[in-house]
This record gives sequence, C-alpha cells and structure tokens, in this order.
Amino acid sequence: MASAVPDSSIAVRTENICRHFRMGETLVRAVDGISIEIRAGEFVALLGPSGSGKSSLLNLVAGLDRPTAGKVVVQGNDLAALSREQLAKYRLRTVGMVFQAFNLIPSMTLIENVELPLRFAEVDRRERPALARDALDRVGLGRRASHRPAELSGGEQQRASLARALINRPRLLLADEPTGNLDSRTGTEIMTLIHDFNQSLGMTVLMVTHEQALAERYAGRMVHLADGKLVDDRLNPAVGPSGGVA
Amino acid sequence: MKFYDVGDLAVRNLRESLFRNSLTTLGIAVGIASLVAMLSLGIGLQQLASRRLERSGLFDTVVVTSRRDFRGFRSEREENGPSPAESPFLDESARQRIEHLPGVLEAYPDIRFITELRLDDKPYLTMISGLPFSARNSDAFEGMQGTFFSSPTAPEIIVQKPFAEEVLGRTPKAGSDDMSVADLAKPLLSKEVTMRYAERMPSAGTAGTAGSMDAGSAAYSVVSRTQALKIVGVTDLDPESMRGAARARVFLPLQLAQNLHVIQPSDVRDTTRAFGSEAAYTTVSVRVKTPQHVQAVEAAIKKMGFNTFSIVDATRSLQRFFAVLDLFLGIFGSLALAVASIGIVNTLVMAILERRREIGIMKALGASDTDVKGLFFAEAAAMGCVGGAGGVALGWIIGRVINFGTNVYLRRQNFPPEQLWSVPLWLVLGAIAFAIVVSFLSGLYPAARAARLDPVQALRYE
Repeated sequence: MASAVPDSSIAVRTENICRHFRMGETLVRAVDGISIEIRAGEFVALLGPSGSGKSSLLNLVAGLDRPTAGKVVVQGNDLAALSREQLAKYRLRTVGMVFQAFNLIPSMTLIENVELPLRFAEVDRRERPALARDALDRVGLGRRASHRPAELSGGEQQRASLARALINRPRLLLADEPTGNLDSRTGTEIMTLIHDFNQSLGMTVLMVTHEQALAERYAGRMVHLADGKLVDDRLNPAVGPSGGVA
Repeated sequence: MKFYDVGDLAVRNLRESLFRNSLTTLGIAVGIASLVAMLSLGIGLQQLASRRLERSGLFDTVVVTSRRDFRGFRSEREENGPSPAESPFLDESARQRIEHLPGVLEAYPDIRFITELRLDDKPYLTMISGLPFSARNSDAFEGMQGTFFSSPTAPEIIVQKPFAEEVLGRTPKAGSDDMSVADLAKPLLSKEVTMRYAERMPSAGTAGTAGSMDAGSAAYSVVSRTQALKIVGVTDLDPESMRGAARARVFLPLQLAQNLHVIQPSDVRDTTRAFGSEAAYTTVSVRVKTPQHVQAVEAAIKKMGFNTFSIVDATRSLQRFFAVLDLFLGIFGSLALAVASIGIVNTLVMAILERRREIGIMKALGASDTDVKGLFFAEAAAMGCVGGAGGVALGWIIGRVINFGTNVYLRRQNFPPEQLWSVPLWLVLGAIAFAIVVSFLSGLYPAARAARLDPVQALRYE
C-alpha cells in the first residue's frame, strides 16, 4: 500500500521486504513482505502493537540487519548489495539513530559521546570539540558537556543522544521509541526537537512508536503494522505531509 | 578510524577495567621476564665461553704445518689438496707468502724447545716458547702480574702459574685452596734465571768423515750456551691451551729466541734431506685481523698446500651447542608467555561480553568491523607493550640477582667473579616486540569475535 510519489524524491523504498528467523522449531516472521516508499523530508510514524515488526523494519532500514528477502533502497543505495564495511559507512554518513534506551556510553562524558561518530568519520580531532559543542548547544545541553550520562535525567540523555545522531548531518533520522522511557512532558520536548530538525534541516524521519497520540501530533504520515505486515498507511490530515505541530 | 583515535579509545577502555587489565599485563610481564632471564643466561654463558676462548689468544690464530712433516692436527682433512710428497716446504719464503695473504696481520714461526732453566741453582726442565711482541696487545695476558716484555729482544721471560707453583714448591693439593697469581708473582718477579740451550751454528764447508756431503746440502754445529733471563711476568691464563702436551710454561720474546738460534726438531730433520739456505719451520702461527677472517685465511693456506688448524673449528661446535641451549632456554621461557597469552585471550573475551552493548552502539553509530577489530588489537598490543617493557625490566632484575648470587658463591670458592648473564639491546627490543606480537596474536580471536557481533543482538543485550 505504498504511496504513489515521484522516484527522485524517494528517501526510503522497501520492496516486499521480509525478515524471518527461526526460534527453535518456530519460524518467526518479524517483517513479512512490506513494501513502502518514504519521500525525502517526510515525517513517518511506524505504529503497531509489540511484536508487530516496527523495530525490525527500522533495523533493516538502518542497515543494522539484513532482510531474508526483498529489497531496501535508501537514498539510492540498495542495502543488500553493500558489503559490511560499506554498510558501516552508510550508517555513519546517511543515518542517525535514536534509541528508547538512549544508548550513550556510560564511561564517556556527553561531549565524548557526541564526538564518537566524528571519530569514526575521521574528522580532524581539532575540529571535533567545536562541532560536538555546537550539537549539544542545539539540544540545550551545552553546559552539561562534561557530565557523564549517569549524572543526567532521561530527557537530557535522550537530547544528548539526538545531538549524537545528528552530528554527521545524516539525511535520515531513525528513532526507535524515542519517548518510551520518558514522562510525557520530557517526551514532548524530545518530539519538538525531532520535529524542528525535520522542518529546519529537511531531514527524513522514520519513528517507531506505539503512542498513537504522539504520532498524530507530529507525524505527517502514519504506517500501521501488525504481525510483520503493513496494515495501514495514511497521511495525517492534521499535519502536513512533512510533519507539523498541532 | 584514525590510529590516534584507536589508541585513545583503547587506553580509555583499558583504564575502565584497570585491575583486571593490570593483572593480565603482569602475566605478560612475568612471561617475558622468564624468557629474558633464560635467554640472558644462555647468552651470558656463551659470551663467557667466547671470552675464555678469546683470552686464549688463539681465537684469531691459524696454526700452519707442512704436509711433508707431521700429519697435522686434523689429518682427516688432508684428502683435499696436494699429497705430502708434492706439498711445499714450510720455510721462510712460505711464511712470507702467508703473511701477505689478505686478512693476515702476521705470520711467525713457532719456536719451542724443551730446556733447563736454573733458578737459585735449582734446575727446572720445561717447554719454552717464543712469543711475538705483538702479543702484548692481545687479551691473552689480561690479569697478568708484572709486565710484558720491555722490547722484542729483551732477555726476559713470562712464566705460567703452574711453573711458578713448581718453582716455589707450592703445587696445590686436591681440595686445598688455590694460590692467587699475585701471591706467586711476588717472590718471582725480577728474579734472574739461567737458561741452558743448544745453539745451532752454521759450519759450511766442513768435511764429512762418515760420508760425502751432497751438493746444496748444509751442515751445522751444536753448541751449548747459557742465557740470563729476568722474570717479568706471571700469568694465569694459558694462551697455548690448544697445543695440548706441546704447550709451553715459559715464554720469551720470539725475536730473542730466533736470534739465539736454538736448535729445533726440524733442524735434525733438515740433515736428512736436501735443503737450501732458508730456515724451515715445523709450524707457523698466523694471526688474522679478526676471528671472521680465520675461515678465509685457512682456506687460502690450504690452497697453498699446507695443513691448518684453528680454534674457530672448535668454537663452531661450541656455537652450535649454545644455539641449541638458547633454543631450549627460549622454549622454557616461552611457556610462561604462552600461559600469559591465554590470559590476554580471556581478558579480551571478558571485555567483549562486558562491552557487548557498547560495541553494538559503536556499530549503530557507524563503526566498521575494522574499527572494532583495531580497537581490540590496540588493547592487546598496549598490554603487550607495557607487559613486554615490564617483563624486560623484571628479567633484567632476575638476571642481576642470579649473577649476584653466583658470584657470591664463586667468591666463597675462591674463584674470580664472572658475568654469567647478559641482556643485549637486541634481546630487550626483541622481547618487547615478541610480547607485542604474542599479544597481537592473542587478540586475533577476540577481535574477530567482537567485529562479527550482530549489532541488533548487541543492542538488545543488557
């Protein structure tokens, strides 16, 4: 049930994508033949109950996992054709990821965490602190740069995680339940930031969430999954196609 | 990821589990220390043996004999080259030819004879040998009491310790304490001895009575003479150790011995064959520039048709023995390092388990397999580097302690102290490099395992 949009503006395209794996005698169909096209700059929410395949689909688009069948094309790159090293480069340059559990490295300060993707991108080490500080300033954490994650609240950790995801200026932001571990006020703060990046940087956002209300408020398009299949894909009339705040 | 970042992150990770990583590094240090201690002992013993041989003064000497005369020291080697009947005489012109060979410092005839020395009117029969003046620069007389000959023709002698003991009536009994050279030298230095010897005097034109003389042959007279000589030195080392029963116990300047025309065994032999006016020698000693020249000079002399013998032949088997000894010591020393390398594997595998999620995060952020692998290799190499350096230091201390303990024992047994242990620079650098290589190899499996980690599984890991 993919939307009909011109090819040139397609950021993500999946063609009958499957991710099956065996668990003992049982074949688990985490993603089962999903075809979807996401336009560049779109804010798409992936909705569905637990085990519906939202995170599995997100991992396939992120290049963290490979499909057992079908095709994932992101920014013109067929991920199945990429080697492990090329896939790592793709994750570094094209994708920024935000996780429910924040996934900051506890032994590093915030600025060191944010700098980490710059190390992998081999950015000159003299330039890195300024870039990382800018990113932290953007999420309002400039003054907490030398703190360790354990010294910060959940919302602050997620903001730092967002700064890290954006440090290499990716064209695609993938967020896996970014507000799942946060209270509603902090969750709103994070969603506002993501929405701002979507609007100001023209970044495509694919967000996994099980909060219908949140999706309806920020996402321009809502894709519903159940049992690994796409069951509904519709634009959010309350928000423009590229997202918006009610 | 750049090399600096790999190193920086590796050091940061090592600091995170400081205690465990320190214990692993200590394991490497102990392994390297045992390797260094074992090898330094092997090297030290080899150097001690080489030093002993070098001090003999014959390490850089080739002894030349004629095939016409004695069968040589190594008759089994005579199958190559001319037969004894065709081989040349070892005479003065042959000596000069040998002296002009490349790598040869000097070639001097071996003058030795058994004669009587009188000291305080008591006769002592002994073997006397002429010693070239150049021997004053060699290590052969290191630790000698007194001085070397004052000139190439000085009427002076240097006596060996056994001769001094005999003269002084202080021959050590089994189990009793050995006398020091200094104690023996005190009453002997500057003492005068009288040497009785037989001088060969040419007597050309003398008519034979028992038979007619061949054309071109020569005759000589033998005249009994005496020569006063002063004892100037007493030595413990034996520069003639390889000559066996023919070794001399008293040395006088070679030039003086030549000038005295002391009759030699070859002179008797000369009467039985036609010979020219040239002096013929039983043996000629050839001193080469460095021990490395011995082989080439020996080959050149053999090509001339003479027999040769050098101590290098003997040291070659000694070197083989030490090579095998070093190998075994190295293997025993490496056992501890093998155990340490298992410790590295264990530590890094533990680190993978602990940092599984962290590896997943890094991969999700764009770290490649190479980056993750490099990180674990760097951690292994850092432990190897620190462990290697620490191990060398520890091995050095162990060697010092062994050396100190041995010398305490040697002193108690009235032996001079010895350097039994040696840590050359190549061993220091080699041991550190070896530690890094072993650590690197130990890191192969953990690094590959970390790089293969599935990021999705790793991120799920709590």
